[in-house]
Parts: sequence; structure tokens; C-alpha cells
Amino acid sequence: MLMALLKRDLLLAFRSRGDLLNPLMFFMMVASLFPLAVSPDPQLLGLIAAGVIWVGALLATLLSLDLMFKSDYEDGSLEQMLLMPQPAMLMVLVKVLVHWLVAGLPLAFIAPLLGLMLGLPNGGFMPLVLSLLLATPILSLLGAIGAGLTVGLRKGGMLMPLLILPLYIPVLIFASSSVQAGVQGNDYLGHMAFLGAYLALTLVVAPVAAAAALRISLAR
Amino acid sequence: MSLQNLHNPDTPSSATGPNATGNGPWLSARGLFCERDERVLFSDLNFDFSPGDIVRIAGPNGAGKSSLMRILLGLSAGFEGELFWHGEPMAQQVYDFRSQLLYLGHQVGVKGNLSPEENLAWFSPSASQQDIYGALKKVGLAGYEDLLTHGLSAGQQRRVALARLFLEDKPLWILDEPFTAIDKEGVSELEQVVINHAQAGGLVILTTHHDLRVPVKTLMLGGQESEMPLC
Repeated sequence: MLMALLKRDLLLAFRSRGDLLNPLMFFMMVASLFPLAVSPDPQLLGLIAAGVIWVGALLATLLSLDLMFKSDYEDGSLEQMLLMPQPAMLMVLVKVLVHWLVAGLPLAFIAPLLGLMLGLPNGGFMPLVLSLLLATPILSLLGAIGAGLTVGLRKGGMLMPLLILPLYIPVLIFASSSVQAGVQGNDYLGHMAFLGAYLALTLVVAPVAAAAALRISLAR
Repeated sequence: MSLQNLHNPDTPSSATGPNATGNGPWLSARGLFCERDERVLFSDLNFDFSPGDIVRIAGPNGAGKSSLMRILLGLSAGFEGELFWHGEPMAQQVYDFRSQLLYLGHQVGVKGNLSPEENLAWFSPSASQQDIYGALKKVGLAGYEDLLTHGLSAGQQRRVALARLFLEDKPLWILDEPFTAIDKEGVSELEQVVINHAQAGGLVILTTHHDLRVPVKTLMLGGQESEMPLC
């Protein structure tokens, strides 16, 4: 059942490629507009590159969270999923995995290109990609809680960022400072360890919380 | 509230708990009470549904038919009273209940961006392609297997979901308005499917505004209090 759900959701994601590309386009636009607006000076850009890329990645993820449960809620599939005999948290994990594959992982692949565009110093590329690989699953996991809580609301658009941004802040701080550390030639393993620990924590807690949030949303 | 037994002469037992033997009722309720917006939908509702029953939950719009179904399904916690599955409290039997349940709601969960075959493949992962084609043929969708579902008519989209009735081997069917958007012939075929399922020892709980030509138990909600008379 869970494998069938994974297959179905990936198929659906590729059938609606527009939704898939939107966050990625947003991410690229943010990064490419900054040199125009701030200054083309590579030195200055190199200084802010890490922050710009990470803020862009975070906002792009936020944009795509709405898609996680919305259409399934509207057409009744979500009810069917919650009535599966398997625990709902496993269903949430599948949903999060699909969201990460289509919205999180591409950010990690495209980020080095944007780093090049923004003149990110050489030492920053490795921690940038590593931090994105480690932290985008955290964004998807935490986002599932917010998406689950607001899926039944007609105007939940503004509420969700308010709910989950505070939980995103530690990710943003440690991820972007890991890139800074890399740029300055310092050791960034400590930052990665923190991100890894945060990932482990959210992997355990978020699916349970999101499943409970979905039950509340559907109970009306 | 009235419970008419048209084909099963057993009167519903009173406040005593349902018996726990294998032949006893499958789904029972004791003292169900539900309130929406300070309006009591039903109170002290007791019933026993046994294999072979076709139960119709009836009542005017807003009488609480869908609310009762959501309570039975465990999707809504806004009620008082107890539910039993095979004589055991529902809370301990959730896995068993859900693995024997086939539910079709108002929204049937059919994805427009998937073909009928792909839709059914996720509802019933264990079904082979042959089974799926066979089920689609039975609901009159032969030849539509590979088209995207959003190109089909409303009735055809519902038929995709109804194909699950042929595909999944679940003893308990809970169907919310299964005849919506289905044509006359389709309705009578569907009635026959429901009868066959009950005769084979299944339990069907449904709501509908159609006149069923099927012997059913009717569970009337809001009968006396409502202003609108029921047919």
C-alpha cells in the first residue's frame, strides 16, 4: 500500500510539472536578481552568497508545502489514506519523501550553480551542498506539520509560514553559518553534526505530529 | 429516532453490551450522542449491524447522516457513546476494522491526472492488471483504462471508484451516496451488487436519496423532529 502510494504520488508529481518547477524557478530568480539589485562586485556578493542561497531555498520550500496534502484533501484521497490500516505516520513519511524528492533535492543540485553565479568562494561549495542535503529533509518534515494543520483552512496561506518559520530558524542559522565557516577555511563538521541531530529528531517527531494534525483537520 | 427492521425481525437490544461471539453483530453502537452547533443530531442511538444486513441511514438533509458515517469510520471524535466491532470496543480493533473496510465518500478520491487503471492500482495494490481491467469492464469503462480520468464525465469518474467494489475483497462496505451521478441502469446494477455482497455474508451501510428496490434495514435520523416529511 505504501509503495503504491509512493508510486502514485511520484507519477502525479511528474504529470503536473508546472507545480514541480515553480519553487525551483523561484529559487533561481531570487539568486539571479540579487547581483542586479545589490552590486555586481564579486567580493561583496561572495560575502552574502551563502545567506542569499539559503534564504531562497527556505522560501522556495515554504512555497511548495501547500502542495503536500491540499489536492488529496480536496478530492477525498486523504480520507482514504487515513482509513488505511497502516499507521497514518507512515503515510505522512511517504508524502514527505515525495515532497523532498521533487522540491528539496533539486535545490541541492542547483545550488552550486547559483553559488558560482554569486561568486561564492571555493571553500563554500562543499558545505553548501552538504547542508542542503542534510537540511532540506528537515524543512519537508517540519513543513508536513504546518501543512497538515492548515490543510482544511480556506485561507491558511499566511498561517502556515507563521507556524513553522520559528522551527526553521535553527536550520537557517546553522546551515548558512556552516557555509561561512567553509568560506573562511574553518571546520564545519560541528554545524553538520547539529543539522544531522535536528534531522534525526524531526524524523522521529514530525510524522507523528503531522498525522495527528491531519486527523484534527479532517475531524472538522 | 426509529429503527425499522424490514427484513431482519431481531429487535435491537437495549443498553446491554453486544455479545462477543463470532456469530454476533459486527458493528454495534450503544448510546451514541452527537451535537453540532448546539443542535442535537441524535441521542441515545443504539444499533447492531450483522453480516447479511443492508443498512440504509436515512433522514432529511442536515439530519446527521454523514456525521454518523464519519463517527462510524473513526474520522470524527465529536460524539459520546460507545462503538463495538465484533463485540470488542472499537479503540482496540481499529486495525482489524480498517483492514476489512471499503469506504466511498462524497468525494471518492479519484485523481484526474491519473488514468482509471492507475487510480485503481493504488487503491488496491494487490490487484493484477487483469483484475483491474475486469473490474473496469464491469462498471462500463472498458476502453477507458488508459485515458486520463479528468477527461471522463462525472458519472464515469464515480464509476472508477465504484470499480473498487469488484476489486477489493472487503466484508464491510460503507457507501455515502453511492448512486450520485450514476444513470438508471447503473443504479439497478449497483443495487444488485449490494444485494449480492450482503447475501455473500457482507455488511453494507449506505445513505441514498434513491428509492431502493432492496430489502433494507432503515436507520432513521431526525425523523420526528424534522419539519420536512420523508418519503
